[in-house]
Amino acid sequence: MNFLIGAFKPACNFSITFSDGKSRKQVPMKKENGQTVMVPLFQSQENIAGKISIEPLQGKKIEHNGVKVELLGQIEMYFDRGNFYDFTSLVRELDVPGDIYERKTYPFEFSTVEMPYETYNGVNVRLRYILKVTVSRNYGGSIVEYQDFVVRNYSPPPSINNSIKMEVGIEDCLHIEFEYNKSKYHLKDVIIGKIYFLLVRIKIKNMDLEIRRRESTGSGANTHVETETLAKFELMDGAPVRGESIPIRLFLSPYELTPTHRNINNKFSVKYYLNLVLVDEEDRRYFKQQEITIYRLQDS
Amino acid sequence: MLNGIDDEEKWLAEGIAGIQHNAFYMHQALDSNNLREALKYSAQMLSELRTSKLSPHKYYELYMRAFDELRKLEMFFKEDSKHGVSVIDLYELVQHAGNILPRLYLLCTVGSVYIKSKEAPAKEVLKDLVEMCRGVQHPIRGLFLRSYLAQISRDKLPDIGSEYEGDADTVMDAVEFVLQNFTEMNKLWVQMQHQGPGRFREKQEKERSELRDLVGKNLHVLSQIEGVDLGIYKETVLTRVLEQVVNCKDDLAQYYLMDCIIQVFPDEYHLQTLETLLGACPQLQPTVDVKTVLSRLMDRLSNYAASSEDVLPEFLQVEAFTKLSNAIGKVIEAQVDMPAVGAITLYVSLLTFTLCVHPDRLDYVDQVLGACVKKLYNIPKLEDSRAMKQVVALLSAPLEKYNDIVTALTLSNYPRVMDHLDNGTNKVMAMVIIQSIMKNNTFISTAHKLDEEDFKDEQNSVARLIHMLYNDEPEEMLKIICIVRKHTMAGGPKRLPFTVPSLVFSALRLVWRLQGQEGDIVGEEVPATPKKIFQLLTQIIEALSAVPSPELALRLYLQCAEAANGCDLELVAYEFFTQAFVLYEEEIADSKAQVTAIHLIIGTLQRMNVFGVENRDTMTHKTTGYSARLLKKPDQCRAVYACSHLFWVDDQDGIKDGERVLLCLKRALRIANAAQQMANVARGSSGPVILFVEILNKYLYFFEKGNQQITGAAIQDLIELINTEMQSDSATPDTASDAFLASTLRYIQFQKQKGGVMGEKFEAIKF
Repeated sequence: MNFLIGAFKPACNFSITFSDGKSRKQVPMKKENGQTVMVPLFQSQENIAGKISIEPLQGKKIEHNGVKVELLGQIEMYFDRGNFYDFTSLVRELDVPGDIYERKTYPFEFSTVEMPYETYNGVNVRLRYILKVTVSRNYGGSIVEYQDFVVRNYSPPPSINNSIKMEVGIEDCLHIEFEYNKSKYHLKDVIIGKIYFLLVRIKIKNMDLEIRRRESTGSGANTHVETETLAKFELMDGAPVRGESIPIRLFLSPYELTPTHRNINNKFSVKYYLNLVLVDEEDRRYFKQQEITIYRLQDS
Repeated sequence: MLNGIDDEEKWLAEGIAGIQHNAFYMHQALDSNNLREALKYSAQMLSELRTSKLSPHKYYELYMRAFDELRKLEMFFKEDSKHGVSVIDLYELVQHAGNILPRLYLLCTVGSVYIKSKEAPAKEVLKDLVEMCRGVQHPIRGLFLRSYLAQISRDKLPDIGSEYEGDADTVMDAVEFVLQNFTEMNKLWVQMQHQGPGRFREKQEKERSELRDLVGKNLHVLSQIEGVDLGIYKETVLTRVLEQVVNCKDDLAQYYLMDCIIQVFPDEYHLQTLETLLGACPQLQPTVDVKTVLSRLMDRLSNYAASSEDVLPEFLQVEAFTKLSNAIGKVIEAQVDMPAVGAITLYVSLLTFTLCVHPDRLDYVDQVLGACVKKLYNIPKLEDSRAMKQVVALLSAPLEKYNDIVTALTLSNYPRVMDHLDNGTNKVMAMVIIQSIMKNNTFISTAHKLDEEDFKDEQNSVARLIHMLYNDEPEEMLKIICIVRKHTMAGGPKRLPFTVPSLVFSALRLVWRLQGQEGDIVGEEVPATPKKIFQLLTQIIEALSAVPSPELALRLYLQCAEAANGCDLELVAYEFFTQAFVLYEEEIADSKAQVTAIHLIIGTLQRMNVFGVENRDTMTHKTTGYSARLLKKPDQCRAVYACSHLFWVDDQDGIKDGERVLLCLKRALRIANAAQQMANVARGSSGPVILFVEILNKYLYFFEKGNQQITGAAIQDLIELINTEMQSDSATPDTASDAFLASTLRYIQFQKQKGGVMGEKFEAIKF
């Protein structure tokens, strides 16, 4: 099959470089094939500028109907494979139709690009940003090259961030009161809290705090919900007595969290929950789930 | 059951293997400075401690293995040049571990490094650690985790003078930390009993006991904190610890911890906080052995008081005795079911205490004894041997302290307590008292402090005590006698007259007892034979010669002779008599004493039936001889007519030598005559005729008993003689003699009127 590869070998080499490529932060990104590559990181309202070089293979010329670069923000649903919804699409024409005989470099710039959504790679949905360079040709098909980049948007600390406090229980069996210090946490935050045992009539074996991610995609009848447990953090070992209070301190940094995404382009939502789970000696589980908001805090 | 143990061994082996396996990889990671791997494998290693299958004992083994490994990890954590992570970051990093137990062990380990680095105040780190450890509520795992925390923090408390001492008042932080750890550990420890279904309570208790020192260690740490002065101890430490003790409502914990408090904290603190400490006692569970707790406290305080004179004022200042006494009263009142032994143990301790602290307050001692009497009121005689032992201890304590039985005997409640002892114990107690007396004899004699009355009291009580010594086993009894003898012999001449008789009678009692069971025990091998005892008795009585107290010795010899008579030991009896005679001849010079002695001899001799004819003759001859040689005529006369009885024993096969009876009586008459004449010569009036009347009575006696030599005519003559004497000019009127004669005559009349054989016999007497 080697000859085939050779036959379909692109007719030219592309190189896409960003003007601040050397200083720009690179972050890992998982590609479809499972490989992780380092890609540049942007945020909304940044200028995305750079150069695109096209070099035909030795002794060949590229006859084209024009060269363009697009900046696309796409949402891809896995169950709806092949369907991309572009929520952002910007185009810059780089060249008029003509021939390329030798390496040709085009500068490009998208100024203060509005990229409201973050790159997201979920179970059923992917939101990604790409630069797409197209060399249009009449025959042999157009030559297309993609360059992924990642967008992360930062939020200031929320002005209102109430604690979560709640008393729950099963009548005459178990009454607890739990408290998480905030309802909104940033990705590197730490959850501080306490669980008070007001009444304990069951033999508790242990207690965990789980971080669960609920990804819902589609809408109406086509809604798909996927829930993952990202963290299972043991808070307590053994059975407490009445009046006992157990501390909570859960660092979020070890877990691969994303900010909470609410109704992104009417396509999907990603929500986070803290699930407090008590397990008794007969392995019965008692739990209470509370939503928390995760946001990305600007590194200071 | 065997299976259970085997399984446990297996689980332990698996746990150890797990630890070793992960420790191996952890070491590799440490060697290659790979922090990530080190954390991973250490966490896995520590996961072995999450087991629920092991008993505390086995779990401890596992814990120790992990503990050793954690030391290596700590060394690694310390060298941030190796792993390149600041201790602060490390402190966060280890908290990422998902399982709580490994996480907290690692946190404590880093915490230790953190404190050492001084990047944060020790108190902050400690506070965080002790708080985070709340997450482990499983009793055994929690106890060991917190014990690990206590271990790593011990040298890092912000104590006064410690390098970790921060700003002012950080001692309180150290105290707070240890107190909190203590409280939590105790709660876990108490919780243990509610764990695990299907376990036996007994086993649980045993397992819990194995862990108690983990809890108690905290109190020890508290006591070691330099900065804990009396103020802090009083206001914070004791209050909080007692609060926990009382509130945990667990008898095992309460008992252990109370004892722990008493043992670990300094005496002077106890003294100054006595009220608080004692106040907790009635609040403890009814099943708690409060008496032992209190006893230990009092023992400690007693020792403290004994340690130095300087501390005594402190005791007085805080009124320690009153407080203790009240506390004991309350405890005894509260614990209705407390057995007698418990209460008495308490009183013993209190007594020891007051003897140490207030030796001059006899009223306190009496008060304690009084309280004891009150407690024993409903128990006439104690049956519980342990209780008995305690009573003995109670009664011995004052003796030991005061070296002086008199002091003890002035305690009004002392004998009342003794009343509650059974006979056997009474004997033991008596022994103690005697020994105490013996021990102190020299002191008393040289000091001459005692007045005569006290002395007699004292000796009389000793004598009484000797009588109390009793053992059913003759051999044992003999031993006791020998011991008492040894002691009494050492008593010196002043005491012997009091003690020797008791001893002699005690020995004689044994002789009689042996006599009673005679037949079974014959032969040389038997240690307690009458013969031996008599030998002993001879020696004992001989000792009296040192006093000298010949009258007493004589009486005792006679007593022994009579006993020997009972045992059918002629030679022994003879020997005793000989001794008595020797004494009479050589030592008894006083005429009054002689009279008494001779009558005693006659009386005894009369009852002797063991002597052969020859020996008896010797004896009676001697006796009549002595009688006739008394100084005063009336005494002579009376002794001689008394001798008549030696020849007439009114028994089935007693001697009935009428002739010699008559001889004696005639001789008595002659002496009576001589007495009359002497009186005439000396005073111009003859003495009273009473001697004649007395002799008449003897005549009548033998007449009645059928002595053929005594005839009615002879009696008639005698009566006439008396009448003549009475009517003579020189006669001194004497109502006593008249009355005596009159009633004697009335008796003859009465016998006549009675008729029958005796009546006929008496008819022969005419007057």
